[in-house]
Amino acid sequence: MEKKLPTIEIIEKYCKGCHICVEFCPTKVLEMQGFVAAVKNLEACIKCMQCELRCPDFAIKVTA
Amino acid sequence: MAFDYDKYLRPGKLPHIWCPGCGHGIVMKGLIRAIDACGLEKNNTAIVSGIGCASRLPGYMDFCTLHTAHGRAAAFATGVKMAKPEMNVILVGGDGDGTAIGGNHFIHACRRNIDMTYLIMNNNIYGMTGGQFSPCTPTGAKASTTPYGNPDPAFDIAKLAIGAGATFVARGTAYHATQIDKLIAEAIQHKGFSVVEILDDCPTTYGRRNKFKSVIEMMNRLKEIAVPVKAAEKMSPEQLEGKILTGVLYKAEKPEYTGEYAKVIERAKGAK
Repeated sequence: MEKKLPTIEIIEKYCKGCHICVEFCPTKVLEMQGFVAAVKNLEACIKCMQCELRCPDFAIKVTA
Repeated sequence: MAFDYDKYLRPGKLPHIWCPGCGHGIVMKGLIRAIDACGLEKNNTAIVSGIGCASRLPGYMDFCTLHTAHGRAAAFATGVKMAKPEMNVILVGGDGDGTAIGGNHFIHACRRNIDMTYLIMNNNIYGMTGGQFSPCTPTGAKASTTPYGNPDPAFDIAKLAIGAGATFVARGTAYHATQIDKLIAEAIQHKGFSVVEILDDCPTTYGRRNKFKSVIEMMNRLKEIAVPVKAAEKMSPEQLEGKILTGVLYKAEKPEYTGEYAKVIERAKGAK
């Protein structure tokens, strides 16, 4: 069965590039692209919501 | 499922003013989740703050909000609570605002045990005004006004609150994000003056003066120094050296101020 992937929405206008989401993602789904965070490897996402929980700027929304 | 923060935020106010990596945003999200968990109504909840980085928080929240004079959040909030005792009153502020400039208001609000929740974001410094040392700056730490290291010992906000008479005192950190909302929710539900201290990071004015290479290093430091109260019971004083206890530190039942004051009003009316 094909794995159902979540959607990770990153609001670039809000992101200040603090690296928190990139560092605290246990499966390294996110990366920095310039000054903002971006999704690098959505396949690896385990929907732990750590990025959404820890983002201080309300910039990440994960929908499982 | 993603938590819908937007319904508690004023539209068009984001992005907020806090610096990249500042933990205040994480604490604000915790506060929103706690308010949601407690089911507080927007029209029946007042969020009051003084001046400072942390005190900008009410500006983003779609509730009855009050942004007052430096350190005077407790004074204004006491007025709100006395005029409308049925209202849920939440105070927010930083360590400098709450324990230095507003130190007197803080201890007397604790003493009265008035039913309010005080959320203190302790980032060890006055961030907004340029990194002056606050009463919560650790001994030896550098600030713009202590370039050779701070000689003063720091306040323990939790002990100060307990000593002054607060009936619910808890402490968390910006790293332990899931704990924040649980502590705040318990504080909101407690009848009496509740103090929740959240240890926070200030990468801009504290971190760069004190040799923290990144926000992540500051966050990991919070993780390292925090010890849950239950785990601390099994630890020796040597092991607890330099550690900070987290969780619910103190809880007691005492007469609440608005209730006691209502009795005074009844007595003044001549009731026996």
